[in-house]
Amino acid sequence: MNNHVHIDEHRDDEGAKTGMWIFIFTEILLFGGLFIVYSVYRYLNPLAFHLAAHELSTFIGTLNTVILLVSSMTIAMSITAIQYKNKKLTLILMGITLLLAFIFLVNKYFEWSGKISHGIYPGSEILQEASRGEILFFGLYYAMTGLHALHIIIGMAFIGYVMRMVAKNEVRHDNFILLENSGLYWHLVDLIWIFLFPLFYLIT
Amino acid sequence: MSDTVQQHNQKSYLEYQGRFKGLFAWIFSTDHKRIGLLYLYSMLVLFSVAAIIGLLMKIELIAPGKTIMDAQTYNSFFTLHGITMIFLIVVPGLPAVFGNFFLPIMIGAKDVAFPKLNLLSWWIYILGALIALSAQFLGDGPPDTGWTFYAPYSFRTGTNMLPAVTGAFILGFSSIATGLNFIVTIHRMRAPGMSWMKMPLFPWALYGTAWIQVLATPIVGVTLLMIVLERTMQIGFFDPALGGDPILYQHLFWIYSHPAVYIMILPAMGVISEIIPTFARKTIFGYKAIVVSTLAIAFVGYFVWGHHMFTSGMSGTALYTFSILTFFVAIPSAIKIFNWVATLHKASIDIQTPFLWALCFLFVFMIGGLSGMVLGALSANVHLHDTAFVVAHFHFIVFGGTGFAFFGALHYWFPKMFGRMYDKGWANIGLAVFFTGFNTLYLPMFYLGMIGMPRRYYDYVEEFHGPNIVSSFGAMLMIAGLIIIITNLVRSARKGEKAVADPWLGKTLEWTISSPPSLENFEEIPLVTKAPYNYE
Repeated sequence: MNNHVHIDEHRDDEGAKTGMWIFIFTEILLFGGLFIVYSVYRYLNPLAFHLAAHELSTFIGTLNTVILLVSSMTIAMSITAIQYKNKKLTLILMGITLLLAFIFLVNKYFEWSGKISHGIYPGSEILQEASRGEILFFGLYYAMTGLHALHIIIGMAFIGYVMRMVAKNEVRHDNFILLENSGLYWHLVDLIWIFLFPLFYLIT
Repeated sequence: MSDTVQQHNQKSYLEYQGRFKGLFAWIFSTDHKRIGLLYLYSMLVLFSVAAIIGLLMKIELIAPGKTIMDAQTYNSFFTLHGITMIFLIVVPGLPAVFGNFFLPIMIGAKDVAFPKLNLLSWWIYILGALIALSAQFLGDGPPDTGWTFYAPYSFRTGTNMLPAVTGAFILGFSSIATGLNFIVTIHRMRAPGMSWMKMPLFPWALYGTAWIQVLATPIVGVTLLMIVLERTMQIGFFDPALGGDPILYQHLFWIYSHPAVYIMILPAMGVISEIIPTFARKTIFGYKAIVVSTLAIAFVGYFVWGHHMFTSGMSGTALYTFSILTFFVAIPSAIKIFNWVATLHKASIDIQTPFLWALCFLFVFMIGGLSGMVLGALSANVHLHDTAFVVAHFHFIVFGGTGFAFFGALHYWFPKMFGRMYDKGWANIGLAVFFTGFNTLYLPMFYLGMIGMPRRYYDYVEEFHGPNIVSSFGAMLMIAGLIIIITNLVRSARKGEKAVADPWLGKTLEWTISSPPSLENFEEIPLVTKAPYNYE
């Protein structure tokens, strides 16, 4: 070892976490653009947005909200579990998170396909004849929940990758910043849904 | 990376042999210096192409009517010129090339905080560039909207917009990754003793820039995404026929793209703040004022986007507010100019090529900035909106500001980057030709704009002929200057004299290490005790 040095041995958990937080800011701003567009068009078309919101199923929306909140809890628990050196529990909790995320997507699939089978999708004949406010409402609905669903998938891939790292002991009780960052990302995905849910399902 | 490698204290980063050989040793290198050069080479190639296209446009404008191209070709040329220059060169330019290379060295670190992310951002850059440029060759003809992709034309036009918009969207991620990396690097990796107020001004400028990159780029990202969805799925965000509002697109676009102007200019100001004290042999005048004005520009720059839209339809209150804020944002820039000039007062100036670039920067940047004030005034703006005046102002700021600073930085840090010195005589001749050409090209456009010549037309009426001839001649002269400059540098990178560690007698940390630097920059992380420009 004497004449060897490790290059890039630099490890800085605080830095990694700062980086993740900054990335989360950018994600919030990314959705921020869509939230601005939503507020402008809601302000311009209050009645149409009111009517269109009745088309959405509050039940599925609420169910998905609960699912995401619980998944946020399980990923937070997994971070505690790894600090107690309980690898098995960590993996189980991460697995539950992934499962819940998958259920969320399944619900989303049924919700979307239900709408599409009723002929409500961008560019459809039914929507062409609807009022402009309704066209915008559903356009925003598909764009925003679609972009959110994409983030769910990215988050799942991220958590899946970290699970592998935990299984291979690359992420351990003394080096779990990657797990913590994946948890932060997952909370972000949850947080965005917490805003999307009332905007589309509850305010009528 | 957890590779263990033998230490070679003497070998420079250019000679260092890592895991890969040849080209792969570059495109898979996580060394911030090699990544900086990767960006430099990619940008020089793209810049040459876009500059030639600019020249062709000026040749088209040498006489009224069709000269060498038809209207549609001209439209696609100014679009390609704009997209390439803005998204691929000026916005990423200084941070990606000189920020990558010198930020870690100037703060006394061995690399950036996330070297792999740094390499990834170059790959994303290349991917975005290829996708954006593929629009030229695939589908139904090259894009013709200009670089701003204004709605509703950007989703109505039959040309191949999708790759161009998607490419610009992807490039945003590269920009965000670089910005994020720099923020964390500056927060976490400054050498012991380097407090914030002992940090050199180029890193300070990069810090301000990085926050803009991180906070503004996502907005344009999602806006371009909306254009993509609009084109592919008819969502109706900006389509009046479906209830959308095209003006909203302009707002969202400029909320990013105005701060992006400061992404372009802040690092340029940082470069000038490095060059001037070095050749004045004097500490910079008003260090704190420059730092504060850097942050002030970054902050106020967020609230002036409306001045791109004075004629688009806004309430009177909004117009006045945006106009007055535009005047406010000029104040910190003026403070910097004052500080640079004050630094030169009673200094023992050593006139060298980088210093001449900095002086030329001051000249063109002042013209650019003051003409910006003309455009920021509401009544003048109504007259000058969408005329050649705007094009001239824009090029004086972006090409004159960032471009001059880029070449200034290249001449300043060249000996450090390549370990060789360029031919100073040819460098000065190149600068003289370039500077003359630049002014001959753009000054007449101020006049043309004032007498009413609109921008973005391949044709004009006979009255505009005279100044256009002068302008086109200037374009040829400027390109000749560029050829001299680049040829000199390319030749010198291989055959120039060996450079010493500190050829300009600079006092910042990059001049304390060998030229070119070793792989890890510093054998031992330095202890910083003095302010950056200490010539006492």
